[in-house]
Amino acid sequence: MSNLLEVEDLTIQYKTRDASVQAVTDATFSVEENQFVGLIGESGSGKTTIGEAILGLMDDNGEIASGKVRYKGEEIQDYSEEEFQSKLRWSEISLIPQASMNSLDPIDPLDQQAIELAKTHTDWSKQKILTRLQELFEIVGLPADRITDYPFQFSGGMQQRAVIAFSLLLDPEIIIADEPTTALDVIMQDQIFKYINQIKDENDTSMILITHDISVVFENCDTMVLLHSGHIAERGNIKEIYRDPRHPYSILLEESFPDIRSPDKSLAIIDGKPPVIQEGVDMCTFAERCPWANDDCFDELPNLEPVAGDENHYTSCIRAEELDALVEGSDVAGDD
Amino acid sequence: MIEMTAEPVLRLEGVDKDFSQANSILGSIKNRVLGRDVEQLHAVDDVSLTLRRGEVQGIIGESGCGKTTLLKTIAGLHEPSKGDIIYRGENITEYTTKEWKEYRKNVQIIFQDPFNSLDPKYPVKEALAEPLKIHDVDDIEDRVVNVLKDVKLDPPERYLDRYPDELSGGEKQRVAIARALVLDPDLILADEPVSMLDVSTQAAILEDLNDITTQQDVSMLYISHDLSTVSYICDRVNVMYLGRIVESSETRDLLDEPLHPYTQELMAAIPVPDPFAERERTQIQGNPANPIGLPGGCRFKDRCVERMDICDTTPNDIETNDQTEHQVACHLHYDHTATDDVAVSANGGDGHE
Repeated sequence: MSNLLEVEDLTIQYKTRDASVQAVTDATFSVEENQFVGLIGESGSGKTTIGEAILGLMDDNGEIASGKVRYKGEEIQDYSEEEFQSKLRWSEISLIPQASMNSLDPIDPLDQQAIELAKTHTDWSKQKILTRLQELFEIVGLPADRITDYPFQFSGGMQQRAVIAFSLLLDPEIIIADEPTTALDVIMQDQIFKYINQIKDENDTSMILITHDISVVFENCDTMVLLHSGHIAERGNIKEIYRDPRHPYSILLEESFPDIRSPDKSLAIIDGKPPVIQEGVDMCTFAERCPWANDDCFDELPNLEPVAGDENHYTSCIRAEELDALVEGSDVAGDD
Repeated sequence: MIEMTAEPVLRLEGVDKDFSQANSILGSIKNRVLGRDVEQLHAVDDVSLTLRRGEVQGIIGESGCGKTTLLKTIAGLHEPSKGDIIYRGENITEYTTKEWKEYRKNVQIIFQDPFNSLDPKYPVKEALAEPLKIHDVDDIEDRVVNVLKDVKLDPPERYLDRYPDELSGGEKQRVAIARALVLDPDLILADEPVSMLDVSTQAAILEDLNDITTQQDVSMLYISHDLSTVSYICDRVNVMYLGRIVESSETRDLLDEPLHPYTQELMAAIPVPDPFAERERTQIQGNPANPIGLPGGCRFKDRCVERMDICDTTPNDIETNDQTEHQVACHLHYDHTATDDVAVSANGGDGHE
């Protein structure tokens, strides 16, 4: 498999009146063909910013300070708005934005919105666009004859599925989905992921799934990138990270999730919140919340290094090798 | 401690809440004048439950099942269309203005969204002092400081002068909980109190709510769509579908042995934090129907994988386990051969004719 998208040492800053905030620091990861990558973190971890940066959609005060984003080998981080629009958005990489139920235009019927979208990026005929939209409606479990409805005629879950259909309209290689099911209840969430996985199998699509929900990533993704304060804590195959987590944040996050199979599991609590990072961060971003931090953790920002014996598994914890023993000697991780 | 013998804090008896479908006052007058029979939307349908002192009960269901409407009806924000809401032995629909004020002091709400439920222009101490002023309570300063300690915003001095935008999501929700607690209520109505929070904070808030209800002897109704959190907070769980409670039992018993096919689906749809787990996806399609002009019979029948002919008859609650008062409204659990004990409505009506 080859890399479709490569993010390399990406650092993103937002300028505010008083200072500049470093939302993302030296992030490196890639997305292969037909691969689902989970981008996980709490509020303020920089996960949405990375998704926006890939498509050139950051707010005006945000900028890529350093690093590269390559799509099919071509550097795209310096694309102009016009280039993003004509070469990349929707046709190559599409976005399911956060709270995307609100991203549909309330005053146009859905088929008109699809036509406008497709005409901007392709030379498809109207008939071709509508046929394609009907096919996609069926894939996501919506009645094909309802493409002429207005968004308000749909329930929240149906709107969400319509947005997913739109994201597939121009047959993109990658979909960036930002919390696609967070506003929905569990049954609707389960239905949506059923369709999303069907799309993966049938269309060879890749996805960057942005979420705070580790169980959704464990069930649907191939690899994961765990962010804390804009810095990657751990990255690798989901099964590998589940079996052998090499960062305290991964361990605690896993332990903080309720599991319906074991209602007595005691939930870990991660104290504090991710710090806001300013330029030139010089300590581990997780050190202040970490039960196993020592003085060295406050000395410098650790690099993301491969875990011995597994070239696809990376951690930025300097105590990764001792972690097993450290966790053993504490009661932070609940027994289930 | 749950007191089993004492008078319950809250008792609902056959509570209905219907909404008129007319979209304006004029429209509704016109319908009445013309004698038009407009279908009502049955948001809450024949709900009964008993909440004891110190007890926490969950009301769990999908979006649109009527759980928030039920909560608002109990809070007095809607008037029930039918049935009785009995608070400490008195029917709240017969309250005088003075009694309403007392009720609003004793019954407090925690909303889902801490980002919108706090006034951005009020610092923490003002937000917490406001209800005390309205109800003419003394020792405002002491009470505010103590309640902040109760919700683990400690030391309180660090938080008193902060505005909501200087607080994290979890801290905001703690302030919202403190605001509900500051009047020393005996009933808290919590509408999805952790669903907007990061999971790292969720566990801590659940633990605190648990401590508070246990130590201060407060009862709580906990509303959520997610069964995975109920074991951390609820003594008892009610599963609601299209306005009706379809199953009710002690939490552990319900999770160990869910009887209603809907409860089983709600549990099966929850993602599991384990990449090696082989979970089957939900078999239910689409959304619940609109609760307008529904035919008789079980409300869940159209989405139920176990559907039988008898499901066109409305199932009543039956008790399957008296130890845990496990009740379920599903024909699968009836003995339909025992003719003298058929626990179904005689004519298949759904109680609204």
